[in-house]
Amino acid sequence: MIISIASGKGGTGKTTIATNLAVSLKSDVQLLDCDVEEPNSHLFIQPVIDKVKTITIPVPEVDMKKCSLCGKCGEICQFKAIVVVGETVLPFHELCHSCGGCMEVCPEKAITETGRELGVIEKGHRNGLEFVHGRLRVGEAMSPPLIKKVREYTRPNILTIIDAPPGTSCPVIASMTGADFVLLVTEPTPFGLHDLKLAVGAVKILGIPCGLVINRSDIGNDQVKIYAEQENIPVLMEIPFDRSIAEAYSRGKMIVEVIPEWEEKFVKLYHQIKEIVSSNNQGQLP
Amino acid sequence: MKEIVIISGKGGTGKTSIIAAFASLAENKVLCDADVDAADLHLITKPEIKEQHDFESGHTAIINQDKCSECGLCRDLCKWNAISEDFVVNPIECEGCGVCCYFCPEKAIDFPLNTCGEWYLSETRFGPMAHARLRIAEENSGKLVALIRQEGRKLAEKRHINLLLTDGPPGIGCPVIASLGGATAVLIVAEPTVSGRHDMERVVELAAFFKIPAMLCVNKFDLNPDMTQAIESFAKEKNISVMGRVPFDPAFTRAMVQGKTIIEFDGGSEGCKAVKNIWKNLAQSLEI
Repeated sequence: MIISIASGKGGTGKTTIATNLAVSLKSDVQLLDCDVEEPNSHLFIQPVIDKVKTITIPVPEVDMKKCSLCGKCGEICQFKAIVVVGETVLPFHELCHSCGGCMEVCPEKAITETGRELGVIEKGHRNGLEFVHGRLRVGEAMSPPLIKKVREYTRPNILTIIDAPPGTSCPVIASMTGADFVLLVTEPTPFGLHDLKLAVGAVKILGIPCGLVINRSDIGNDQVKIYAEQENIPVLMEIPFDRSIAEAYSRGKMIVEVIPEWEEKFVKLYHQIKEIVSSNNQGQLP
Repeated sequence: MKEIVIISGKGGTGKTSIIAAFASLAENKVLCDADVDAADLHLITKPEIKEQHDFESGHTAIINQDKCSECGLCRDLCKWNAISEDFVVNPIECEGCGVCCYFCPEKAIDFPLNTCGEWYLSETRFGPMAHARLRIAEENSGKLVALIRQEGRKLAEKRHINLLLTDGPPGIGCPVIASLGGATAVLIVAEPTVSGRHDMERVVELAAFFKIPAMLCVNKFDLNPDMTQAIESFAKEKNISVMGRVPFDPAFTRAMVQGKTIIEFDGGSEGCKAVKNIWKNLAQSLEI
């Protein structure tokens, strides 16, 4: 089962939920931090990293000895990543989406692949927990291809928890697609609600069941709860604002490390999700 | 023309609350919400939309089933596995590269331009505002960010306004990169947590990579004064001026609930005093 933890608004507590859930479950669980622009889960999990892999995507390299300057590569490229200028061909690697069109279309077979570094993937563990995250290279614009690479580490038959990036555009979609459940973490404020609605819209487009965690549940107002009720989205957990939790978080401590009683609540959260997913799957059987 | 872009790396550190407060404090400015993915500034500024435009960018392949001979070439060429076995394109997976469309022997694939959002020019009680809304699950947010900043700039020129205050997106990827180019300076809003520090360091590196001068303030500094100190020391080492500290103040949330800036909501609050001080320092160092 894959549970993706998303939010719309940033800073609502995705990483808090993902890490606490992962360590509370003890076995048969892996945590994939797909917030590759700003990965934070490792700061709390503090995994022992045993594998580091540099990830590149293919971008074109032109052999000018073979090139006839026909211009077809520039014509097929939708991203202005390769252009013929005078007597030469200029590839702009940072704009390239790696569609392979220029290589395919070149009649002289003058274009070959070289790599652009997207970032690194680090894999490790803490006790029984398997941990994988991506770190986007600073200066690299495209995070979805790296997110997809992180997701290739998904192992079947165990629980995969995904810590997703904020927002509702392509990096978030890349972190939610194919999940069995999306757990949306929000805070009961106007900004939280506004962005939650966008996130729910994204989850609906993907057709994935979802539930809500309301973090800092005693600040702001009750509009998030009213919305959840209207939309029939179950509220699976509420975490009141607690300065001791916030201060512990600031030092890299998880809730279950400071208040061990929360472990039971995270286990219960998992069982609730499992129940929703299995009843949802049954509903889809012929 | 000067433009200050507020970024943070980590989400939820208080970018929008702080820029909203600046909106109350700065005299002549255009506001620009470049967090097009999850725009929130309008919840405080309540813009009256004067102009609305579609944002068109990128293409999506659509296979015309009547012309398709099911040869399978498109499926072989598609690097995104966006085409199903029965030759239907999944618009969410389609990258818009057009390779399938180019090579289809039956010319059975259409490649229409996408409308991925709207952008607006508005009036607010703080002055003019440029903002946008990217449709859910859409791509090209970087292009929309670039567009909205350009429109904000045009609006400022037309009104003879010399200051653009831009609310940036979280992260360090495409939309953030698009929010940096040509900015006078970025103000990084950090929070004193291990995550806040980690993400601040990456965004500092990003600003340096694109050679944009950076300044810093720490929000909710009293949650962890040691971490605040560490963040400020790091900034100083990187030649980043520290503009000030904002305490953890529940008045920010209460102001947000009422759709007000902290300055409007409670002029006597600690949060208000702190933001005023930061604005004073910022205006001084950028000669606004």
